[in-house]
Amino acid sequence: MAPSRDRRPGFSRRAQYGLFLTYVGAISGALIGAGLLLLSTFNPSAYAAVRSFFAEITTPVSSALDWVKRGVAGAPGGVSEHWNVKAENDRLKKQLADNATLVERARTLNQENRRLRAMLQLRDGTADSVVAARLVNSSASSTRRYATLNAGSWQHVERGQPVREPDGLIGQVVEVGPNTSRVLLIIDSSSNVPVRRTRDGLPAIATGRGDGLLDIKSASLTSGDFKPGDVFVTSGTGGVYSPTIPVARVIRVQGDAAVAQPAANPDALDFALVQRPFLPEPAPTPTPTPTPKAESK
Amino acid sequence: MRSDHIPLRNTEERTRSSWAAPVSIILGSLVTLLPFIATFPFLPPFGLLMLLGWRLTRAEAVKVWMAVPLGLIDDMVSGQPLGSAMLLWTLCFLAIDILDTRLVWRDFWQDWLLASGAIGFCLIAGRLVAAPFSAHVDTALMMQIIVSALLFPVASRFCGWLDRDTIQR
Repeated sequence: MAPSRDRRPGFSRRAQYGLFLTYVGAISGALIGAGLLLLSTFNPSAYAAVRSFFAEITTPVSSALDWVKRGVAGAPGGVSEHWNVKAENDRLKKQLADNATLVERARTLNQENRRLRAMLQLRDGTADSVVAARLVNSSASSTRRYATLNAGSWQHVERGQPVREPDGLIGQVVEVGPNTSRVLLIIDSSSNVPVRRTRDGLPAIATGRGDGLLDIKSASLTSGDFKPGDVFVTSGTGGVYSPTIPVARVIRVQGDAAVAQPAANPDALDFALVQRPFLPEPAPTPTPTPTPKAESK
Repeated sequence: MRSDHIPLRNTEERTRSSWAAPVSIILGSLVTLLPFIATFPFLPPFGLLMLLGWRLTRAEAVKVWMAVPLGLIDDMVSGQPLGSAMLLWTLCFLAIDILDTRLVWRDFWQDWLLASGAIGFCLIAGRLVAAPFSAHVDTALMMQIIVSALLFPVASRFCGWLDRDTIQR
């Protein structure tokens, strides 16, 4: 290709200064970028306001595309469902009759459990859900794992709230705009979730690896003795995630740690459920009143 | 009819590329709005690909300072820490400008090599600033770099097609 640009704009002073100024602009822009980058490395939520302003504009586009995708992907399923519905109806009726006794027994157990808990005076954390919304897009070209939720502070979503689906935990809200919020997925490499093993209650930490899997490390002094197939659920430690949300299943063991497959697949889910933090943040400790002398007088 | 006379105040004609370049680069950045929840980085950085496509095939369409605002917009939607594309894209532009003075005549293969180097630099540096060192993203990142480098000829042809009615000097 021919020389792309004549770098010398001739003898015109004006053109020379113009060219010089573009380089000044570029270099100072790069320096500003470096400054912003440093600030966002040390304080990741520094630009939450700017980013959520931008997300307010772009998320409707994603939501519309998401709606189209669901419509197109759902069409074949809808047609076949229409034809299979009678056979399925018969099958389900039979299953319902079979399950009636099981439900009855579960109800009794549930009642008993509630009574026992009341006797122990356990303080149950709240696990109310705030809103059900869709995850509409994600940071697919980045090494970070963020997703955008199309609900925000107008739907009472707040920073720090956990996000789950029926199958398992998805992540935590990190930035909130009026109508959108940003969710840090548990598979992000900076996410840590306190978990316990269902088999024996062994406490552990599930850390994202960045490639769609989780690293599980024992949180106690004993080594984990992990086995493929071990299931981990949230433990409720830390008070953010309410207990017994499925998190991951171990697929292979690596020394003291284990590699696990997350229980929830964020791309396949219909609705994500935003919940309140399990235990609300404690009220700020009252500042000691510095007036004991006045009282003693 | 085009005349050879160029008025004094207007040394460069406004061409289609003057608006098509920034618009197509921004649209490239906005590809992340597609409704997929990625579990690993699989999407090539289309904004960067278009930027390099314009810079290497139609250098007059993108000024050297334009990498700064375009990078800012990319940072808004990419999920990378803010400022990373602003810095890295501008560094790429400055590096390409310096190399332009060395390699006066570039052929397509040199363009491709330059673009692959720039893509690799941006993605690896972006990974180092965004994700902790222990993250297991390097395999996915290598695949992303290779796929992006293979897509560069497509991006560059696309830029040429967008700017098809401008006569090359």
